[in-house]
Amino acid sequence: MSAEKGYVGLGEVAAMEDTIGLNLKATELRLGLPGSESPVKTTTSLGAKRGFSDAIDGNWVLSGNGNGNQSGSDLALGKDASLFSSPSDKTNKDTLPLPQPSKPVPAAKAQVVGWPPIRSFRKNSMATQPPQKNEADAEPKPGCLYVKVSMDGAPYLRKMDLNNYASYRDLSSALEKMFSCFTLSQCGSHGVSSRDNSNESKLRDLLHGSEYVLTYEDKDGDWMLVGDVPWEMFTDSCKRLRIMKSSEAIGLAPRAMEKCRSRN
Amino acid sequence: MAGAYPWLEEIRLKRMVVSDESLEIIAKSFKNFKVLVLSSCEGFTTEGLAAIAANCRNLRELDLRESEVEDLSGRWLSDFPDSYTSLESLNISCLGNEVNLLALERLVSRCPNLKTLRLNRAVPLDRLPNLLRGAPQLAELGTGAYTSEMRPDVFSNLAEAFAGCKQLKTLSGFWDALPSYLPAVYPICSQLTSLNLSYATVQSPDLIKLVSLCEKLQKLWVLDYIEDDGLEILAASCKDLRELRVFPSDPFGLEPNVALTEQGLVSVSEGCPKLQSVLYFCRQMSNAALNTIARNRPNMTRFRLCIIEPRSPDYLTLQPLDDGFGAIVEHCKDLRRLSLSGLLTDRVFEYIGTYGKKLEMLSVAFAGDSDLGLHHVLSGCDNLRKLEIRDCPFGDKALLANAAKLETMRSLWMSSCSVSFGACKVLGQKMPRLNVEVMDESGPPDSRPESSPVEKLYVYRTVAGPRLDMPGFVWTMDDDSALRIS
Repeated sequence: MSAEKGYVGLGEVAAMEDTIGLNLKATELRLGLPGSESPVKTTTSLGAKRGFSDAIDGNWVLSGNGNGNQSGSDLALGKDASLFSSPSDKTNKDTLPLPQPSKPVPAAKAQVVGWPPIRSFRKNSMATQPPQKNEADAEPKPGCLYVKVSMDGAPYLRKMDLNNYASYRDLSSALEKMFSCFTLSQCGSHGVSSRDNSNESKLRDLLHGSEYVLTYEDKDGDWMLVGDVPWEMFTDSCKRLRIMKSSEAIGLAPRAMEKCRSRN
Repeated sequence: MAGAYPWLEEIRLKRMVVSDESLEIIAKSFKNFKVLVLSSCEGFTTEGLAAIAANCRNLRELDLRESEVEDLSGRWLSDFPDSYTSLESLNISCLGNEVNLLALERLVSRCPNLKTLRLNRAVPLDRLPNLLRGAPQLAELGTGAYTSEMRPDVFSNLAEAFAGCKQLKTLSGFWDALPSYLPAVYPICSQLTSLNLSYATVQSPDLIKLVSLCEKLQKLWVLDYIEDDGLEILAASCKDLRELRVFPSDPFGLEPNVALTEQGLVSVSEGCPKLQSVLYFCRQMSNAALNTIARNRPNMTRFRLCIIEPRSPDYLTLQPLDDGFGAIVEHCKDLRRLSLSGLLTDRVFEYIGTYGKKLEMLSVAFAGDSDLGLHHVLSGCDNLRKLEIRDCPFGDKALLANAAKLETMRSLWMSSCSVSFGACKVLGQKMPRLNVEVMDESGPPDSRPESSPVEKLYVYRTVAGPRLDMPGFVWTMDDDSALRIS
């Protein structure tokens, strides 16, 4: 697949091999990068497990920022756009939640994932304690709201920050990206491909089709169907997400059952 | 392992996925099992804990610090048999639900060697006195929720129970702390050496009253509610202080919510001659302050500063903070750990490479201008073991020029930098004793040009070769990667 590119790459590789052989002192080392300085990303950084030991989410499961990989889109804008909620959100269940109130966050401040470096244990603990403030509370929501996401049949779970999304659609597309690598085994007659695009579309088909149902556990410990309540209410009460096989979803909601029946 | 080491006594794991099944195997295979420490782990439930409780007759220590446990029921604690009395240390502070309180009380009172007890938030304050009375020999206590309806009888019961713990030296917990209950610990403040108030959302005056009574305090973890004023009092009262950590109460807020600045840290550096370990979150810093701190405390060994807004300059001069951090590394000759923040150029790395000869761990974010920065560190810091870097313009040249250095280190982490996939491959090929792991959620790195930067790079030395258990978004650059480019 990468044959032609690999050939080109080899040329560059050879040059680098030369530099390793030389014992360069700082003054001799030509470190001016060709062209302009590498642009330093301000907002596209992804949270890291091992990034900062006092700090970041301590699991191998990367802080699931599905937004991090939208091809071609500037992450910063992507995030800002999501902070201004869209007037009508269509969920993949075709329900129309009430229009969302805009969150009081200025456009200029885009969240940097994993910064400041605070351990998830601490973040989660503080999130459920009302912080005492001297003056009126401007921002009642915690900065991030990590929930676990599981998919039936997947070997491991993921984590995502619900505050990164403003609508069910955002959430849905983030989930598509996150779990696309698991749909290889689901491909069957579609054929196996390592291209993400086809995995994602297959996952989308699976999620929007009858095979999977997106559910969440709410504060009371009940498993609910995603999409019934307005987005804000959902993020307030969602403790974890589960992409559930439809065959297990019987009894969860009449809508899900109908879908199963109509497709099978 | 169960087959090979049947007499295994201690297992300590950090940031690993542990299943109930594994816990069951541990519980049933190691007859003399004594210590289980699971730090920031996940993947298990209270059922796994039940297996441990029921089977490990000689268990001395069960510490689940900051792990994520699926809390199915608090019943597991009752699975410790009545004949079990060897518990010395229990840390269940991470559990979400209530444990069987009666079982807990009975367990605590029948274990005469119990020295450490860290409860979870769900243990109500009015049950604490009973627990304390059952274990007057306690040295370390983590309370549960430190709040209750304010009632004089509850208060005096609590104060009496605390007073009865003559050996109590370490206090933590204080979730949801109600200020009016803080005085219940006053009777023992003078004997405390370690105090973790970093979950207590109480304001400065209450914090000050408490802290000023702790004349023997060596370690304080606190929220920034303590403010500069509180830190000044701390500096005046706690002359034995060795470690200070100040955490942000509102890290994601845009405006400062508390009056905590660089001044607080300066005060403590002036007043506490033994201060050697600092973790400080704040919103402004100056070169002058860092200079003062460095000169005050040349005995500093761990200095971690997090200025909340990335790339913040010296707020007085608007200059980079190179000189300030330079002063830290220059004066603190035994500095072993350093975390940088604020606006920093390649110059700070020149200082670090020149002076940071004892430095073992360095954390860098949003800093530097070019590969020269990374090169200074890799070529200058003789004792460097762990280096973690995010969002810096460091690329291939410095990394490859210092490839041999990586074998002398424990690990290197780079994320959101400018290291190309091609360079990672070269590194993997050239250094067979290193595992060069590339993490990329957008798909296999070889589906993009060789020159495109990798999301995350993790390099560490190994005698065991590449891992075989990696999730799908991790790739090892090994000797074979050359063969795949045809």
